[in-house]
Amino acid sequence: MSQAEHEGIIESAWSGGRAPFAINSNKLGMWLFIISDSLTFSALLVAYAYVRLANPDWPRPFEIWPAIAKSTLMTLILLSSSLTMVLGVAAAHRGDRAKTIKYLIWTMIFGAAFVVIHATEWYTLMVTDHVTPWSNPWGVPLFGGTFFGLTGLHMLHVTIGVVYLAIVAAGFKSDKYDASDVEVSGLYWHFVDLVWMFIFPLVYLMSVNLKG
Amino acid sequence: MSSHAHSAPHAMPAPTGFISKWVFSLDHKVIGIQYFLLALAAVCLGIVLSVLMRFHLVWPSAHLPFITGGQMTPEQYLALVTMHGTIMVFFVLTTAPQSGFGNYFLPIQIGAADMAFPRLNMLSFWTTFLAFVAIIAAFFVPGGSPISGWTAYPPLSGLGQVTGPGEGWGQTMWIVSIALFCGASLMGALNFIATIIDLRAPGMTLMRMPLTCWGWFVTAILGLLAFGVLLAAGVLLLLDRSAGTSFFVPASEVVTDTLLNHKGGSPILWQHLFWFFGHPEVYIAILPGMGVASHLLSTFSRKPIYGYRAMAYAMCGIGFLGFMVWGHHMFISGMSPYSGFAFSVLTMAIGVPSAIKTFNWLGTLWNGKIQFTSPMLFALGFVSLFISGGLSGLFLAQPAVDNRLHATYYVVAHFHLVMGVAAIFGIFGATYFWFPKMFGRMMSEPLGKLHFWITFAGAYCIFMPMHFIGIAGAIRRYADYTGVQYLAQFQPVHKFMTIAAFITAAGQLIFLWNFFWSLKHGAKASDNPWHATTLEWSTATPPPHDNFGGHYPSVYRGPYEFSVPGVTEDYVPQHLAPQEVPRSK
Repeated sequence: MSQAEHEGIIESAWSGGRAPFAINSNKLGMWLFIISDSLTFSALLVAYAYVRLANPDWPRPFEIWPAIAKSTLMTLILLSSSLTMVLGVAAAHRGDRAKTIKYLIWTMIFGAAFVVIHATEWYTLMVTDHVTPWSNPWGVPLFGGTFFGLTGLHMLHVTIGVVYLAIVAAGFKSDKYDASDVEVSGLYWHFVDLVWMFIFPLVYLMSVNLKG
Repeated sequence: MSSHAHSAPHAMPAPTGFISKWVFSLDHKVIGIQYFLLALAAVCLGIVLSVLMRFHLVWPSAHLPFITGGQMTPEQYLALVTMHGTIMVFFVLTTAPQSGFGNYFLPIQIGAADMAFPRLNMLSFWTTFLAFVAIIAAFFVPGGSPISGWTAYPPLSGLGQVTGPGEGWGQTMWIVSIALFCGASLMGALNFIATIIDLRAPGMTLMRMPLTCWGWFVTAILGLLAFGVLLAAGVLLLLDRSAGTSFFVPASEVVTDTLLNHKGGSPILWQHLFWFFGHPEVYIAILPGMGVASHLLSTFSRKPIYGYRAMAYAMCGIGFLGFMVWGHHMFISGMSPYSGFAFSVLTMAIGVPSAIKTFNWLGTLWNGKIQFTSPMLFALGFVSLFISGGLSGLFLAQPAVDNRLHATYYVVAHFHLVMGVAAIFGIFGATYFWFPKMFGRMMSEPLGKLHFWITFAGAYCIFMPMHFIGIAGAIRRYADYTGVQYLAQFQPVHKFMTIAAFITAAGQLIFLWNFFWSLKHGAKASDNPWHATTLEWSTATPPPHDNFGGHYPSVYRGPYEFSVPGVTEDYVPQHLAPQEVPRSK
């Protein structure tokens, strides 16, 4: 290494004085949060897989109608919300404020609809079917614990997401937040959507009652 | 976005009021000191608890006036074990080196005005503070503190009051405290990583960062990946206790003649989730110490660190492998021989980067102009303790050997030396080294040396004999060994270790005296009293609110340019432009 290279300013993405990924710190922070949160969900999914394998008589109570139909509808709603989120972020980057707000509101409506349908499903399970975290009419008591634990934590994330989007939408309207803040909230929203794409097959589809 | 890292660094406006300056501060330096003081309070408490444990082991029937009934019960002894471990691992070893010194010096060492997210930083500290309040509250709730160890193994931890005093409210407070701590640590880890990636000064490439920064960086990555898993496990344990689920409790549990209504879970699942966090956690405790030891050995040998890149890569290697070896904590829980073999080989593989570091430390000392200052002594002590404690790890990595030794004092000796006392030596070294920069005054050198020798000799006197009684079969976690013949024969050794513990604990008063006396009366420190090279020594003592008084440094070279031929001084600071370096003709 020559003296000039050894002593002197090196110019590259990682040489300091700049953000090497060319994104602001908020976006980097959201990516880091997503990494850690995905580890939390992974731990819960591993726990679910573990207790399910440890109990060969795990119940499969979900009928195609209405349970699977309902959860499929919820999946479609969440996917649609991701689409409106993408459109909202694109509009924000174009500087189209009215469209951004419109799409963010649609995303919130989809998110809220997901939570409401999910809540009615919880209600049916708890009141009609007498499923609790510690017991259920179908067998292994942990079925209720894993179901409410996993979907409950996810529902909490969706609920927080709706509030978060409302704050971002209001801030974007009043010029407090810019397009990049909308994009960061979009990262969170897509992540919550992605988690559901694991929960839907693993919790619902794998517990379908095909015998009718 | 490239401009905001440097020309307009993150400095918040300087606070004026007492509350915003010292309580709800956004300044990473104040937050670092807050973390440090929290850890100082925690370590004093942790030492008192361990002294009580050592006392009880030797004089189990002694009358203790501060205990109701006068005599310590076995449950109270286990409560001491639990609280000592929890407080030391979380609130001392995780808090002081990373959140304390890391917060204070990481931004300065990379030439930034503050952390990437100052508000998150403040939130992280106050969440840690709440977690500490919660764990202290566990002493005072009905039933007292929990008895299930710092690992909180179920079924004991999952069943509530029926399994013993402290397993009711006490264990619940423990989970609340740890869950809060997880949240705080995740915020901290996120902040550290974003700061290192985005806020380095011009010229501060990753390979020019001081090894302390590498230690904090790798530790933050481990924290980001590990604490989320402990959080999930803690939530499930809380559900088991309060919502009647059975994630960690198997069927047919009978406690004091009562058949419990749990079914279908597995205590082994908790062990997997806990140790997936727990093993990286021991590196979270020790990696900052490795960074500090490397930094001090180079500075006080007046030599460049031997094998800088190898040192940085070894830290990454240790962090990476640290996520693949959690099963070695579970050999005695029983596992497939194939799993045991894989965990064993991977565990021994960690010996490779660890040995790289050790030999590079020795290589740094070789032919150095060694200055035996207090921080240097603690860095040397760190290397010694890390070797002494690390070697026994290779034995414990073998499932066949571990099955014999795991439940004995051999393991207590191993982890106390390698990640307990070694990490504490890293903290002490950092304190003596950076105290002048933080508070503007020097700590007393004679007292520092006295403190070192008492602590160093004391640590070996306490923990070396534990290896031997462990090999001889001394089971750990028992409250009283006097009633069992083959255990009673070790009582003289226990007495020796207990007296050593008393002396070592008393020796820490020298440190406390030195610390608080020097705050007011120490000799005034210059800006660079150790003639060190990194950026924190290029700014005022103590550093101004924005760290560099508006003149942000550029970096021209690596962090350990000592004894460079042809240069007048025996050190070249990182921020001096080549033409500014005084050269002898």
